[in-house]
Amino acid sequence: MIAELGHFALILALCLAFAQALIPLAGTIANKALWIGTARPLSCGQFVFVAISFACLVTLFLQDDFSVAYVANNSNSLLPYYYKVSAVWGAHEGSLLLWVLILAGWTLAVAVFSRTLPADMVARVLSVMGMIAVGFYLFMLLTSNPFERILPFPPMDGKDLNPLLQDIGLIIHPPMLYMGYVGFSVAFAFAVAALLAGRMDSAWARWTRPWTNAAWSFLTVGIFLGSWWAYYELGWGGWWFWDPVENASLMPWLAGTALIHSLAVSEKRGLFRSWTLLLAILAFSLSLLGTFLVRSGVLTSVHAFATDPTRGVFILAFLGVVIGGSLLLFALRSSTIGAKASFGWLSREAGLLLNNVLLVVTLAMVLLGTLYPLVADVLGWGKISVGPPYFNFFFVPLGLLLILSMGIGANLQWKRQSTGSLLSLLKAPIVISPVLAVLWLVLAGWDLKVASLLGLTAALWLSLLTLQDIWQKTSYSGGRLAGLGRLKPGYWGMIVAHLGIAVLAIGITLTSNYSDQRDVRLVTGERIEVAGYDFLFQSVEQVRGPNYIAQQGRFAVFTTADDVDAKPFATLRPEKRRYLATGNMMTEADIDGGLFRDLYVALGEPLGDGAWSVRVYVKPYIRWIWLGAMMIALGGLIAVFDKRYRKVKVTNSAPVNSRAVNSVAVNSVPKESTPALARASKDS
Amino acid sequence: MDRVKLFIPLIIFVVLAAMLYWGLGRDPNAMPSALINRPVPTFQLPELGQLKDADDTTLVVTGQTELLDETLFLGQVSLLNVWATWCISCRVEHPYLVDIAETGVRIIGLNYKDEVEAAQQWLAKYGDPYAQTISDPTGGLGLDLGVFGAPETYLIDHLGVIHYKHVGVVDDRVWRTTLQPKYQQLRNALPEAEK
Repeated sequence: MIAELGHFALILALCLAFAQALIPLAGTIANKALWIGTARPLSCGQFVFVAISFACLVTLFLQDDFSVAYVANNSNSLLPYYYKVSAVWGAHEGSLLLWVLILAGWTLAVAVFSRTLPADMVARVLSVMGMIAVGFYLFMLLTSNPFERILPFPPMDGKDLNPLLQDIGLIIHPPMLYMGYVGFSVAFAFAVAALLAGRMDSAWARWTRPWTNAAWSFLTVGIFLGSWWAYYELGWGGWWFWDPVENASLMPWLAGTALIHSLAVSEKRGLFRSWTLLLAILAFSLSLLGTFLVRSGVLTSVHAFATDPTRGVFILAFLGVVIGGSLLLFALRSSTIGAKASFGWLSREAGLLLNNVLLVVTLAMVLLGTLYPLVADVLGWGKISVGPPYFNFFFVPLGLLLILSMGIGANLQWKRQSTGSLLSLLKAPIVISPVLAVLWLVLAGWDLKVASLLGLTAALWLSLLTLQDIWQKTSYSGGRLAGLGRLKPGYWGMIVAHLGIAVLAIGITLTSNYSDQRDVRLVTGERIEVAGYDFLFQSVEQVRGPNYIAQQGRFAVFTTADDVDAKPFATLRPEKRRYLATGNMMTEADIDGGLFRDLYVALGEPLGDGAWSVRVYVKPYIRWIWLGAMMIALGGLIAVFDKRYRKVKVTNSAPVNSRAVNSVAVNSVPKESTPALARASKDS
Repeated sequence: MDRVKLFIPLIIFVVLAAMLYWGLGRDPNAMPSALINRPVPTFQLPELGQLKDADDTTLVVTGQTELLDETLFLGQVSLLNVWATWCISCRVEHPYLVDIAETGVRIIGLNYKDEVEAAQQWLAKYGDPYAQTISDPTGGLGLDLGVFGAPETYLIDHLGVIHYKHVGVVDDRVWRTTLQPKYQQLRNALPEAEK
């Protein structure tokens, strides 16, 4: 009964999405206020019915209703309740339902928080989001219905959730990632709406920015959680593998990062308009492409869901309509909204242009590497696969370049900056950052390597320039503290995110260069010393979890200087688990985490005679990778709360041609961000 | 000219979509027709050395210099499994290979574009299901075989002829529904003396 209710609610949501896709848009064409006004209530209705449908699926999981195929395949009566809930999005059908729920959520958010926008704009945006929703509902109902029953002979118990997914990181990783992926649909819908209206001004960019920032922050968190999960759950110590599906999440992130920066120029200076629209389309298109890659079976990957060619054809057709349609619209309409304005080669505009070029080149590199096996095959170059060596070869230098130019770019003024004033800004960091990098390595007692020196120098360069910028921003006003208080959330967001990049770069540099790893054969009672830590293998005992049996090792960790009887400062309990429903073996590493180093022990195979193969890692600064990622996400979030994005009340302005755009932009900008003083408006 | 420029993203997308469609129409598990029922390409590559237990606590690398060639496959039905330590799917697949090796299936490993030492440590840690492992650090044999990406598994008969190729992880389902029946068929066709 509940399954049928969920199914029915899903069909109703589809009907409402259909109406939402057609009626408001028709209203903007026929100029009927009544039709335009349906956009908001239809969005609410759609959300309510998806939410009902989703709640039904959750209930089915909690009630262990194994007559529903999806529940039987992904759950088990022994599974703890929180994993029963997260199992809802553990496989293809349910994760799609989560996807549409989140899409409906974003749609509702746009409907609620867009009171200050012109009604026809909101109608177009919500219509476009309705169209996307229609595609996903049809996809679910026609090819991947999560409510399908196995009748008349349902299984006695479920097959259990994949043990790799039974983890706290995987409870929140997919929702966060989808919040990001789907969130880009808002920027996409704004872009398509602008193209439909043939109108894009600074106000448009200002409406779009907070939505883009929010989606991008969620995506950052999603990617970071995925990496964190891979680190401790795969029992393997790595944090990024250049797997096709990881790349599929990195690509929209890179496009989104470029979009955030390009939007800044479009808002403040009215430039890069077509480019911004293209990036908005690109960011969401790449999110959809990611979905396609995971679910179609075109590429093989550890993340791949059960593959089915009919699903692949459907998604590809959907991609064709959404991406092809929007790019066609872009080709036909974007020439009406271009704007010409000049800027010096040494200006913030030029810096952001360089940022965009570097990000898009990196994006192209990742896209090529991901699709290369396929492309090479199609072009008859033979079957070649690329591994991490390819990605590292291109990504590392591009990343360094990006970080070095970020430091300078954020310090530049709009329009034009004199070479002399820039050099005076750079002269201190250019000397201090390499010296600090050398000092850091020497004090830590590490070898000086070119790679680590370059990485550290770049990160320190970025940090110093960023901090110096705060110092200068606060120097005009009476008192530093008063100056700090006057800085806007938009500016703080940038600062935090940029410092986050520096922290991330430090983490990556030091972890990749100075990790110590030992694979050893140990009998209980033996000890092994790794990078100044002494690991004593005390015992192995059998423990029982809710749905598994595990061999649990006990390792006491001492600093080497301690004498034998000293109290260990950490005890690690790595496990080797066997899950009862599937018989799968899983390695659970145990980690003693710290800001400056992680101690990581994983239990391998028993080697007989009480001996075990054991993997011991000491990974310096690895937490900085995720600390940096969190700062980046936080930065994006802080910027969302800039008051500038909400105060504005814009009247429904008439279509504006390219010449007039700049003056309109200035008129509709609130007083605090009038670009009269280049200096004052630098805080984008 | 400016108008034409605006169509570039659309054109790129159309080309990409065409490729994806082509990729979709293709069975990802199908092997290039050129290699069906053809012998394994000739090769001469070193065997991946094993880790020898030296002082009872630390596993030390000892290299082996024996060169392997295609005669490796003669006389027995074998699986040829392409793997690498940089491939996460291989990590997922590995325990299952250990299981089927224990049932007596002969698996030859092809360590593809990998670091020798990392590969040896991997086998010491996760168990070694391979009767022998060919070390192919430059990927030369992989290229001749048409390796699409690790992991891949080939079914090879007692005359060294390739009969089937599976792309992706070998798990219980793949083994029971595809590989094992074909494997049994080849085994049953063996001359009585070689069984």
